[in-house]
Amino acid sequence: MADEGDTNRESGGSRGPLLFYNEVVIDHFVNPRNVGELSEGDTDGYGMVGDPTCGDQMKLWIAVHGGRIAKIAFQSFGCPGAIATSSMLTALAEGRTIDEARRLTDDDVVEALGGIPEKKRHCSQLGVRALQAAIEDWERRREHP
Amino acid sequence: MIYLDHNATTPLDPLAFEAMVPFLRERWGNPSSPYRFGAQARLAVEQARQRIADLSGCTRGEVVFCSGGTEADNLALRGVVLALKTKGNHVVTTSIEHHAVLNTCRALEKEGCRVTYLPVSEEGVVEMAALAGSLCDETILVTVMHANNETGVVQPVEEIAAITRRRGIVFHTDAVQSAGKLPRRIAELGADLVTFSGHKLYGPKGAAALYVRENTPLAAITTGGPHERGLRAGTENVAAIVGFAAAAALAFENAETEGRRLRALRDRLELQVSSAVPGVKINGEGAPRVPNTSSLSFRDIDGESIVLGLDVEGICASTGSACSTGDPEPSHVLRAMGLSPREAQGSIRLSLGRETCQEDVDTTVRTLTSTVARLRRISSVRGPA
Repeated sequence: MADEGDTNRESGGSRGPLLFYNEVVIDHFVNPRNVGELSEGDTDGYGMVGDPTCGDQMKLWIAVHGGRIAKIAFQSFGCPGAIATSSMLTALAEGRTIDEARRLTDDDVVEALGGIPEKKRHCSQLGVRALQAAIEDWERRREHP
Repeated sequence: MIYLDHNATTPLDPLAFEAMVPFLRERWGNPSSPYRFGAQARLAVEQARQRIADLSGCTRGEVVFCSGGTEADNLALRGVVLALKTKGNHVVTTSIEHHAVLNTCRALEKEGCRVTYLPVSEEGVVEMAALAGSLCDETILVTVMHANNETGVVQPVEEIAAITRRRGIVFHTDAVQSAGKLPRRIAELGADLVTFSGHKLYGPKGAAALYVRENTPLAAITTGGPHERGLRAGTENVAAIVGFAAAAALAFENAETEGRRLRALRDRLELQVSSAVPGVKINGEGAPRVPNTSSLSFRDIDGESIVLGLDVEGICASTGSACSTGDPEPSHVLRAMGLSPREAQGSIRLSLGRETCQEDVDTTVRTLTSTVARLRRISSVRGPA
């Protein structure tokens, strides 16, 4: 049955714990940071990754000024875990140097969110991989302008 | 809170609750005990059985109480396979069954059965030609659900029963999602075995029934005492059985009028959603459906995200896909109906019930419309996949 929801909601309340996500995750799901895309002229690096097993997909754009990520934007097709982790990743990456951004891991994202359900951990890899792809793209563009 | 997940479970009817209380408080005896205190409990169970039999159009001896729909399905499938193991080992089912049947069939395959999983049409109705063509001399059981839990699509069980009766094959139907929703008596479905459950029709969790037509070959699958004519060992859940019968009486008696009311609300919801939201598909729209269920697929977004978006606004819905429980496989039902994995991933189920009113429907449409628009602004995909 797709019937048994994993809700641990307090009875009757609409503001209790939502599904199995904590409040930080819910906040990034409801108000994701840096949603959208950068214009062609603004874009210094672009990455797209997909997880074919779940069907989730993510696109990520970066603008790099003076070796730092000055602007970052993402779009995500996916579950709440994918949206929230992508949002948090962009919040963590914004303003960082490329070297710092390159070292961001999915553990950093999950930790910043205060944890996500074990079954949703694979979602957090999507954002990190998209950022790595965008950084690689930035490097390629520098070498072959 | 707006609760639109009645196919998952329903609130307990206050009258069913009242009927249960004495058996939780004072009359807690064991129905099998040899004194009057136990006999009180026995009497309550047998009166409940008579009530269920009257509502079902069958005799008291044809009603076997179980703990739930899943157990009743297990008893039906495994019990027939066990009783007829010298006759054959072929079982026919569909690709859209509830996991209680589907996973039992998969387990039976490992235990030496051959199982045919029949395809369904785009509208979610089992292909009758494929069913007729699948039967052979070794076929001992056909199990096809009555109403599908995700789409509400009703299967032609009477037609199937006519075929299996002619061929002398046992026919089981899981009617958990139709019992009390359609003005149909259980025995009139034509099946030899029918599963129906209390908590889907405003009764308590923990009580269900398997209708077993007289002379149907069925063996017990648990060992223990001689309860339930030796078919289901274990002390009866007296209070739940009493509540189940009380709730079933109300549900079956009001099925027609309540069905009309829910159908109008469901149709209103679907009409409003289709006119307010582009890129939405109503699954099984062209097929006969139970009146309370709506399965909707939204392009470019994920069903679990829609469900959480609704939950944040106090609306309870569920996904059409099992991804909500972390299982990455999208709904086997919608996939069997020809939806792409991405389409199936973007599906939700809304199931209305007794407390649902027009205002709930209108609020849900507004919230759904804004949630879908918000998720599409976030989405990285555009257009069909």
